[in-house]
Amino acid sequence: MRFTDPSVVAWQGVIRRLPHVDRVGVEERAAQLGKRSIKTTAKQQGIRLAVSMLDLTTLEGADTAGKVRHLCAKGVCPAPTMPEIPSVAAICVYPSLVATAKEALHGTGVKTASVATGFPAGQVSLDAKLRDTEDAVAAGADEIDMVISREAFLAGDDTRVQQEILAVKERTGDAHLKVILETAELGSYDHVRHASLLAMEAGADFIKTSTGKAASGATPGVCLVMLEAIRDYAERTGRIVGFKAAGGVSTSKAALHRLVLVKETLGDEWLTSERVRIGASSVLNDLLLQYAKTETGRYGRAEDFSKE
Amino acid sequence: MSSSVETRTSIVWDYAPAPESVDHVRLEDRYGLFVDGEFRDPSDGGYVSTINPATEDRLADVAYGGPEDVIAAIQSARAAAPKWAALRPLERAKYLFRVARLIQERSRELAVVETMDGGKPLRESRDVDVPLAAAHFFHYAGWADKLRYGVNAREVEPLGVVGQIVPWNFPLLMAAWKLAPALACGNVAVLKPAETTPLTALLLAEICQEAELPPGVVTILPGDGATGAALVRADGIDKVAFTGSTAVGRDIQAALAGTGTPLTLELGGKSANIVFEDAALDQAVEGIVNGIFFNQGHVCCAGSRLLIQESVRDEVVAKLWQRMRRLRLGDPLDKNTDVGAINSAEQLERIEVLVAAGEQEGASRRTVACELPERGYWFAPTLFTDVSPAHRIAVEEIFGPVVSVLTFRTQAEAIEKANNSRYGLAAGIWTDKGSKAFEVASALKAGVIWQNTYNHFDPTAAFGGYKESGFGREGGPAGLRPYLRVVR
Amino acid sequence: MNTRLQVRKTYKLWIGGAFVRSESGRYDEAHGFNFPRASRKDVRDAVQAARKAAGPWAARTAYNRGQILYRAAEALESRGDGIGVTREEREAAVDVLLHYAGWTDKIAPVLGGVNPVAAPFLSFSVPEPTGVVGIVAPDEPALLGLIAELGPALAGGNVCVSVLSENNPLPGLDLAEALGVSDVPAGVVNLLSGRRRELAGALGAHRDLGAIVDAAGDRELSAELDRLAAETIKRVRHGDPATSYEDATTDALERLNAVTELKTAWHPVGA
Repeated sequence: MRFTDPSVVAWQGVIRRLPHVDRVGVEERAAQLGKRSIKTTAKQQGIRLAVSMLDLTTLEGADTAGKVRHLCAKGVCPAPTMPEIPSVAAICVYPSLVATAKEALHGTGVKTASVATGFPAGQVSLDAKLRDTEDAVAAGADEIDMVISREAFLAGDDTRVQQEILAVKERTGDAHLKVILETAELGSYDHVRHASLLAMEAGADFIKTSTGKAASGATPGVCLVMLEAIRDYAERTGRIVGFKAAGGVSTSKAALHRLVLVKETLGDEWLTSERVRIGASSVLNDLLLQYAKTETGRYGRAEDFSKE
Repeated sequence: MSSSVETRTSIVWDYAPAPESVDHVRLEDRYGLFVDGEFRDPSDGGYVSTINPATEDRLADVAYGGPEDVIAAIQSARAAAPKWAALRPLERAKYLFRVARLIQERSRELAVVETMDGGKPLRESRDVDVPLAAAHFFHYAGWADKLRYGVNAREVEPLGVVGQIVPWNFPLLMAAWKLAPALACGNVAVLKPAETTPLTALLLAEICQEAELPPGVVTILPGDGATGAALVRADGIDKVAFTGSTAVGRDIQAALAGTGTPLTLELGGKSANIVFEDAALDQAVEGIVNGIFFNQGHVCCAGSRLLIQESVRDEVVAKLWQRMRRLRLGDPLDKNTDVGAINSAEQLERIEVLVAAGEQEGASRRTVACELPERGYWFAPTLFTDVSPAHRIAVEEIFGPVVSVLTFRTQAEAIEKANNSRYGLAAGIWTDKGSKAFEVASALKAGVIWQNTYNHFDPTAAFGGYKESGFGREGGPAGLRPYLRVVR
Repeated sequence: MNTRLQVRKTYKLWIGGAFVRSESGRYDEAHGFNFPRASRKDVRDAVQAARKAAGPWAARTAYNRGQILYRAAEALESRGDGIGVTREEREAAVDVLLHYAGWTDKIAPVLGGVNPVAAPFLSFSVPEPTGVVGIVAPDEPALLGLIAELGPALAGGNVCVSVLSENNPLPGLDLAEALGVSDVPAGVVNLLSGRRRELAGALGAHRDLGAIVDAAGDRELSAELDRLAAETIKRVRHGDPATSYEDATTDALERLNAVTELKTAWHPVGA
């Protein structure tokens, strides 16, 4: 497949003139937004919002159907004693467990998401990536989380990065495509911004920070850079691309900080699970603990909520 | 179960009010003059209320020093000077280290009082003013027994009694900038805080007591312009240091003509913030916001003249405007407030006059639509485009949250326009190209050049202006020179 | 017997690299020679010429400015004894000029440096010229007292307009000829003879002056210069006339400090 579409060539010109990102400036701003004081009702609402945006995730070699069913139950009704806590947005699993999750989530409104394309490293052939995707879609996945080829990106082969995304997109059908950049492996904010644009131009419905398997994940700086890229892309093309922070968001404070970044970079209309997701395996119970604290005034303990 | 899903769509999220508690703040009902180590009533001055500009509520009554008070203050300082100068330098250092520690210890209280008395957001007083004030005392404490290394191995002695006048925009921080180097060099200081913001300087006086600083080493003499005028003209003042407006600085320089009294001035500015087309634009926009809306634009080095390269002018203005609309204006004590209250009714009027002039002269004004509190002094963030270099808003210091946008086409034009000012305090340069940044930095006639950042301060880095922005430097070894006499 | 008639020199002002008479047409006499009595308009022309030369002079490398000042010292050394100046004074003046020629590339490391700020920035402070420096030279010693103020101003990258000794202007006007045959670019140094109070007042009142250095020792004039300086916040240094090499050089840093601005730059350290 060759890239000859004139519109593509035109925007590649844009990429060459991409504004750069200043690391110190980005991190200063991101840290400043981390100092927003989220208390009382803002904390309650923020936590509910964060829960509603969760892609509750399990991506272990040890995952079994039983484990996935438990996780689905937890996602649908995170805290039976606090009915005002909404369901999470999706349950995210490996392709082999999509059917199990789909069945468990039937009729709940919670989506089934699947990683695919040789997750997490993506070091398999394009054919293997596509077959992986087709399997997940066939099993009923509503959302596909693919990884970009960092190997191609770091070698400077932007075209191949995009070709792969386009090819996967062709096979996702109605399922939403989230494109994982694995920012920790990209090496700079300039690259994060560049890769964000490549993914959006190639048709990503969401761009996602990380696999959760790398040394770092959705750091505040990375989130800010990607949100700015989304904002500028929407400004230029009118198309809304969603954002998923994944990796390292393991506390309520971290989750709320990501929401502040969204709110103050993209605006209130972005504060919905249609546009923003938080991918995490362990943050949910901390959100519930913190929420309960705002209700009862008492600090909780791990046993107050089910593990799954 | 599906009801849980539905609850999702109804979640709206805004920050709840998050006011910093004022419980731990112990303000006296009235504060005297801090002379000879104790608070005392003025002899020929009176008491005047200081108010919270965000609410117009009275905070405390503060003594104003009259002419006799000034004389008495200088006498007490003179009496303390020889002993302080003769003190083993390391002992002087220890006192200053103590002061630094006590500022840190009382940082929350100082931040809250600074915000209440001056109107600046707590976020700033907490994260900038107070920590930097402590850092200045730490830095200069360390100099006290190393002075000759700061002046190239010369033998030095203190000047004696220094008279210092500080402005209302960074009341505690400016007091620290003035006192720390003066005391470290072995001088004693008589400091006059600003009329509208005396409280943190008076808390600093309490800290001096707590640190057991010898009486007379630090004198805090609140008052208005008359007190300041008397102080700089008084006999027995061996050096004058002033931070404030260029107009008052000019008066002081003229008043000291022929006296031989050393003088340093840190005055106004109309600093250029230059955005090149190859800049990291999102960070540039942050820098523009930080440059002009930090402390409501009550900053002598505020980036009030925004020079944007024509090719990115529309994009930068659009991003800036979008960002400005997200600024949170309101209760300065709220931890989420970005833009606080204007410091005084007088300052608000000055801003309004200049903004009206901008409109009259044909510039396009955009002001963020936000609800202004009913009481207090407020001015919403404002952006002027279509500004010509000749407009008053491009020339005069507004000292408020108002930025004027001008454009340029080439690097040479940017430099020329930036330097086309009677002032020369600071400038910002936004470009991703290192060699360009350094060439422009070297061509700009300004004392502080921020490349890809703005409004950063540090006790180790010299600060001060070119041209009518004043002379002398504060910070680092350069900040010692104004307080020392080289013996040989 | 034929007696040789002396070829008498017509002394001139030095403005913008040109030897000119006063625009006023006025002159005075010293040691049997006529010399121009400069006017306020000559001061204006001199400041204008200096301003024009300021940018290029400051833009030269410190090494190059050092070479030029060294060349000026060579030229002064080779002029032999002039009128109104002793050999000792002339030699001391050459030595002082040499001293400051060596300063050009040492001012930055001595007065500036890297600031270890508590944030991810490279911050450094560098001394830079303040621009046009006005110099009021003392009556005595006419040459050494002048060089002691010119040297630091030029080494610091400034351009100068100087009012020469009122009662002994010839050494200063002779200096113009020495500088004129060295490599000092036109306008970098401008030398005016005439009535000190008249010229110094006009100089001090000029708004396009960054600093004024006053070594005349005239208290009344000093106060007047202070008052005038306040109009545009000029930097002012008052000093006693330098009467020896030691006088002119032991406080070199104070002299350099008075005619330089410290500029602090911040640059983020990141990617």
